[in-house]
Amino acid sequence: MRNPRWLSAALNQASTILVTLLGLLVLTFVIGRIMPVDPVRAIVGEEATREVYENVYHQLGLDKPMWEQFLFYLRDVATLDFGTSLRTGQPVLDDILHVLPATIELATFAILIGAGIGIPLGVLAAVKKDRWQDHAIRVFSLMGHSMPIFWTGMIGLLVFYAALGWVGGAGRMSQFYIGLVPDRTGFLLIDSALAGEWEVFRSAVNHLILPASLLGYSSSAYITRMTRSFMLDQINQEYVTTARVKGLSERKTIWSHAFGNIKVQLVTIVALAYGALLEGAVLIETVFAWPGFGQYLTSTLRMGDMNALMTCVLLVGVIFIALNLLSDLLYRVFDPRTR
Amino acid sequence: METPILEVEDLSIHYRGAPQPAVRNVSFTLGRERLGIVGESGSGKSTVGRALLKLLPTADITAKRLQFGETDLLNATEKQMLDIRGNRMSMILQDPKFSLNPIRRCGEQIAEAYLTHFRCSKREAKERALAMLEAVQIRDPHLVYNRYPHEVSGGMGQRIMIAMMLLAEPRLVIADEPTSALDVTVRLEVLKILDDLVREKGIGLIMISHDLNLVRNFCDRVLIMYAGRVVETLNAAELDRAQHPYTRGLLAAQPRIGGNRQPLPVLDRRPEWSQPMEGTA
Repeated sequence: MRNPRWLSAALNQASTILVTLLGLLVLTFVIGRIMPVDPVRAIVGEEATREVYENVYHQLGLDKPMWEQFLFYLRDVATLDFGTSLRTGQPVLDDILHVLPATIELATFAILIGAGIGIPLGVLAAVKKDRWQDHAIRVFSLMGHSMPIFWTGMIGLLVFYAALGWVGGAGRMSQFYIGLVPDRTGFLLIDSALAGEWEVFRSAVNHLILPASLLGYSSSAYITRMTRSFMLDQINQEYVTTARVKGLSERKTIWSHAFGNIKVQLVTIVALAYGALLEGAVLIETVFAWPGFGQYLTSTLRMGDMNALMTCVLLVGVIFIALNLLSDLLYRVFDPRTR
Repeated sequence: METPILEVEDLSIHYRGAPQPAVRNVSFTLGRERLGIVGESGSGKSTVGRALLKLLPTADITAKRLQFGETDLLNATEKQMLDIRGNRMSMILQDPKFSLNPIRRCGEQIAEAYLTHFRCSKREAKERALAMLEAVQIRDPHLVYNRYPHEVSGGMGQRIMIAMMLLAEPRLVIADEPTSALDVTVRLEVLKILDDLVREKGIGLIMISHDLNLVRNFCDRVLIMYAGRVVETLNAAELDRAQHPYTRGLLAAQPRIGGNRQPLPVLDRRPEWSQPMEGTA
């Protein structure tokens, strides 16, 4: 009885993803065609003869009808062939696999910090609505929301790196250690731990902590506000009164009854915030010279590096689809009504 | 009369920010009996119930006396109240659709009521909860124990609520419109279960309702409230001999099966009834 229902839900999900993915591919394909960058000229250069130009034009399949070109594109994507980056001369996939771990590392720590601060503060603000705690939390999160991240980044570097020396400066680790650890996963913390290079590990944590905290603080602002409003909805529900009538302490009432009912909503907003961080914290990556996805994306944009750009757009879309899928799966864990 | 379970004298409740108090100078005593509080919406009857459990953080409660057993509720600390709620005094809420936590299993929610007040293993609490489910006449307690609230019917949900609130064998249960969210067909069934358990265990019951006929059948005494004030107190059997025009109006407005088809009289409300009267209170 249970299994087919579960199965049909999974099929439903899969077909939704497929359709979304197809839409996304159409979008990136169209971007590739309408951008005012001539892909042939970009390859052959300004000086090339007409003959060479037409040769390449033919090789790229640009003389074929649109739908055929799209099918070729689909085939390339399916075989993970995203072409070569004009800027670096490397396969785009290699480039991205090189920069993505740095951003994932940063974004993951940032979201852990953001949710770790934002959720408890939001709950506290709801429980203490209109009292001084609520106001203090509002000011705190409003500051996180309104201070530009490049500014807090620079001030943070000035204070905690230059003046106090508590944290590392720009980059993922000290210049001194670069190249010391073999690149296995691209995640510096994992690589250095695998290699047993604890000095490098410490240096990496030192460099990560400040940008991750600042990003985390800025995304905690949104998480706090949303948590507060979700929680306020729950606190006035009758089942919360039931919990109180049973003699449960305020703390237990809030955390083991009301909080369980906002988990589904929290998953959604935290996943979205995480997606936004992965998409590239361009500003913070620039301030901290963080060799991540955000920096890569901006330079491809500036260079009109079409292959790379299309792949970046595709990747951002895939990240959001994946996060949506993950939050749908978590709904099922957190809410029995959706099973 | 034996020592009363609850003595209330001159209870007034004022929600902060409201122009008028919601409840004014209500007094009554309760022994091991079933007391009905009847009134229209907004008459303050539910507020009285919640004030007894001190569940009104946004209201100021004043009284000459608010004695529950040995405890002076008026000056009880929150810590004392935690010990009283669910253990010595509990409350059955109106609609199980909203009063049960949607994401926790029904059985766990019942067992939690026991675990909160008694030092025991989870297993023992579960045994107790299962026994209590049986006591509220649920045929397959194990099955229902593992159900989520959205998987049970309204009547079943209210029985779960009753099981949860009577599990710790309190001395007083406040039933706040316990059947108004239920289908007419299961109403009597659920009331009968509640009534049997309350009698069997010698629990005092305050039944808050707008349904005069229901209260007449299930209670020993009836308090009629109007605009935050008790206008009349009667033995349930003597309800027909009510003196107060408001009570008489309520009685006259009751539909009767087999009665004549004339439109029911419209309830007369007079502002002077919300003023204190001589000879009462």
